[in-house]
Amino acid sequence: MGEFDLMTGLYVFVLATLAGREVITKVPPTLHTPLMSGANAISGIAIVGAIIVAAKAEGTLQVTLGVIAIAMATINVIGGFMVTDRMLAMFRKR
Amino acid sequence: METVIQLTYLLSAILFVVGLKRLQSPATARKGNSLAALAMLLAIIATVLETQILDWTWILVGIALGGMIGGAAARSVEMTAMPELVGIFNAFGGGASALVAIAEFLATPGIGASTTGVTILLGTLIGSVTFSGSFIAFAKLQGLMTGNPITFPFQNAFNALLFIAAISLGAVTLGVFGSGDPQTLFYVFCTFALILGVLLVIPIGGADMPVVISLLNSYSGLAASAAGFVIGNTVLIISGALVGASGLILTQLMCKGMNRSLANVAFGGFGGSAGVDRSEIGQRPVQSADAEGVAAELGYVNSVVVVPGYGLAVAQSQHELRKVGDLLEERGVDVKYAIHPVAGRMPGHMNVLLAEADVSYDKLYDLDEINDDFGNTDAVLVVGANDVVNPAARDPQSVITGMPILDVDRARRVIVMKRSLSPGFAGIDNDLFYMDNTLMFFGDAKESMAELVREVRELA
Repeated sequence: MGEFDLMTGLYVFVLATLAGREVITKVPPTLHTPLMSGANAISGIAIVGAIIVAAKAEGTLQVTLGVIAIAMATINVIGGFMVTDRMLAMFRKR
Repeated sequence: METVIQLTYLLSAILFVVGLKRLQSPATARKGNSLAALAMLLAIIATVLETQILDWTWILVGIALGGMIGGAAARSVEMTAMPELVGIFNAFGGGASALVAIAEFLATPGIGASTTGVTILLGTLIGSVTFSGSFIAFAKLQGLMTGNPITFPFQNAFNALLFIAAISLGAVTLGVFGSGDPQTLFYVFCTFALILGVLLVIPIGGADMPVVISLLNSYSGLAASAAGFVIGNTVLIISGALVGASGLILTQLMCKGMNRSLANVAFGGFGGSAGVDRSEIGQRPVQSADAEGVAAELGYVNSVVVVPGYGLAVAQSQHELRKVGDLLEERGVDVKYAIHPVAGRMPGHMNVLLAEADVSYDKLYDLDEINDDFGNTDAVLVVGANDVVNPAARDPQSVITGMPILDVDRARRVIVMKRSLSPGFAGIDNDLFYMDNTLMFFGDAKESMAELVREVRELA
């Protein structure tokens, strides 16, 4: 994405925040813990950035940082989605 | 190909929003989570297509390592320990984003006072603060360090100075003013950011953890967004913004639930249990009952509302509580559960514990839904909750004035299951315990609940 523009990025950020606000305000309190662990999983999106920096890493230090970043982000992605699914499976109506 | 990749990113962003939208109802939430996971997979596929990856070895090592740790943690964690898990996950999210920014700095020598330079510093700062702050929050929740606030003189002034020092260092790193070895300056900048994260969380007490953990959740999203600005990736910016918004909404709800401002939680040094005058607490007479008496109070009425608090989670007696509820329902009693926004150690924690114990989710009511019903309720059973049912919140002179409470004192009969008359986190006496319609049921929550199950079962 060579032509990335800061202003466009800001527009995207602000509009996504507003969209998130609209959607998440309506999540009922009973689901706030799964919402949070699900948000944990989504913040694991840093894995995308981690793969990009790891792919072009040069030298031991950069490679090490890249691998640690990938590992930490993957913990969030896998752990976050799995534990959220585990919790949501418990919410049953009888 | 470029267009396909960009459209895949767009589809991923849409699915994240749709997935979160499905969380608006327990019936659709599980599918929503799966959609979000699909969105993540699409984003990763698009990234792999976009990036020329010459050597997969280390990338796969990182994914395998993280996948194993994350999977094991998700499978084995106790539901009572969810706050700890979310706390440590916040740390990893912030840490990963910070490392992306740091790696980008190292890969771009002579970066100077450019837009990229500023976003790199911002990403490093937010990510590092989230990382170290979340570790402290985790350590407090896990009991690795004291849950009481750790304060020292001029703490807030010191933190402000440290923040200004970090920003100035950042400016020097980019060569805005002064000069030096950018690499070395950058490492000092990182260290300052990490220390700042620690110092921001240590003065916050254990009872305020729901706020802190929500706020750090928000930061972990902002850190991801910042990393998105660093590498110029829109899907990172969008997903990070969604998480940021989610964490901020929960932070506001938690503050409202405690009737505190965010500034007061963050800089007030409250939320511990130290330094409160307890000399007058427990000096007034109360009425108490044993399990048999409580069973009779609950078993022969039409409606019972259960108010679970953090004490229930500590005693792990949610399964016994559900048995009591089931037995009462078999007797034709209408049983509901009223959950205060700040019950437990994180937002919605109590709901998950009751769901785990197989309580049907349509019996769980939040404060606004149920508060008007207490006047028509025959009996309320308070288990391990204290401040959130303290009528002193309606007294303008009280330290908890204005805090939203469950109006349990309006029920015809209130039964409080508690170890002793000791105060809650607010450190004040609870007038509810001494009211004419209140019965205290003293004892360890686990044993008392087991006794109660037996006694309710034996009712005619």
